[in-house]
Amino acid sequence: MAVPPRTLRATPGQTVGPFFAYGVGYDRMHQVAHPHAPGTVLLGGTVYDGVGAPVPDAFVEIFGADADGVVPRRRGSFRRDDHTFTGFGRAFTNDDGHFEFFTRDPGARPGRAAFFAAIVYARGLPDRLHTRIYLPDDAAALAADPLLRDLAADDRATLVAERMPDGSLRHDIRLQGEKETVFLVF
Amino acid sequence: MTVPTATAPETLLAAPDQASQRQITGEIESLHAELARRERAGEDLPATVHDFPPYRSSILRHPTKSPKLVDPETIELLSPAFGQRDVAAVESDLTIQHAGEPLGERITVQGRLTDSWGRPVANQLIEIWQANSAGRYIHQRDQHPAPLDPNFTGAGRAITNEAGEYAFTTIKPGPYPWKNHLNAWRPAHIHFSVFGSSFTQRLVTQMYFPGDPLFALDPIFNTIWRQKDRQSLIGVYDHELTAPEWATGYRFDIVVDGPDATWFENESE
Repeated sequence: MAVPPRTLRATPGQTVGPFFAYGVGYDRMHQVAHPHAPGTVLLGGTVYDGVGAPVPDAFVEIFGADADGVVPRRRGSFRRDDHTFTGFGRAFTNDDGHFEFFTRDPGARPGRAAFFAAIVYARGLPDRLHTRIYLPDDAAALAADPLLRDLAADDRATLVAERMPDGSLRHDIRLQGEKETVFLVF
Repeated sequence: MTVPTATAPETLLAAPDQASQRQITGEIESLHAELARRERAGEDLPATVHDFPPYRSSILRHPTKSPKLVDPETIELLSPAFGQRDVAAVESDLTIQHAGEPLGERITVQGRLTDSWGRPVANQLIEIWQANSAGRYIHQRDQHPAPLDPNFTGAGRAITNEAGEYAFTTIKPGPYPWKNHLNAWRPAHIHFSVFGSSFTQRLVTQMYFPGDPLFALDPIFNTIWRQKDRQSLIGVYDHELTAPEWATGYRFDIVVDGPDATWFENESE
């Protein structure tokens, strides 16, 4: 079936500006999963600018499948009840540019690479940036991934999180410059 | 190599060069002309450009590589689900969050959230935040010496109905000074954060008010380089939405765009 032509022009995006915290902040927004629940992992990183300085006024959103690979359709992302897994979270960077989420490792269909969909917003960023945060654990699936296999090794590395010895995930986002994160359009 | 540490955010807010408005306006005009030339030469340009030096804090924060075009996967074609479980109805009225009434012009902002094919986006979340009527944000980093209003926070949320419609009651925000350049003032605006039917449609933008004399001077508004796109961010005064003895009414319709795959995704629901 063919996609019909678009009839409306898209509303353009704008920066979130400096004062988004009281507008888009809410209780336990970075706790996609309860911190002390079995299977919860910490996903953390730092947002950097073009000279390697941390960005203290950014925020990151993630949306991820549950551990079985199924995309959650449940409500409750804004009213956390500590047991419903909605897959969505939002984290502000702190004064050191650091963000963190408590969440679950997303699952994937067999042979496919698992990732979080992620969006970055910041003062000084005229529009949002889409990216992905892949789990590093399944090397064969990563090698076969349609996006990653198209990228040079340095670029590919910007999309794959690092698994730390304690099981947590570490993933920095570089808006500009050396090791600049690969951002996506669809 | 020394590792840079985070600078106190207050000092980050002022651009170091403090250019004149004349210089900033000149930079905006030449960038717009250059972008129009590139488009005429066949380049496919986004509505909002990331590389826009008149917005000084973007200089070190915009990507320099072209974004990678990718086929969205399932997680990107769906969206977090919201409903009244997440947002109480009173959250859409920014004038009743405190004991007293906020100062300023009471307004309603209403509109419809649709996709590019005109289909309503139902049961999705819209968040707004804004300065008060004096142009002051409640955020602790806002040092503009205009009064805070003890009866106004300036943040609200709504869930769209089955027709994709939303409505907020608030106070018209004032223009607000910032430190991008000397004598820099932002046109009055309300920040909007919108979820579409798919994560690829996620949108954060700003709504402006008709006839603002600051439009041509503002580097942020002008990161949207086409006139027709900037026009779409200006709310429309609608006397039909104005309520007698109560509030003036503005219409602001929002269109979220996604790749072709989002058309199928929402047809099947």
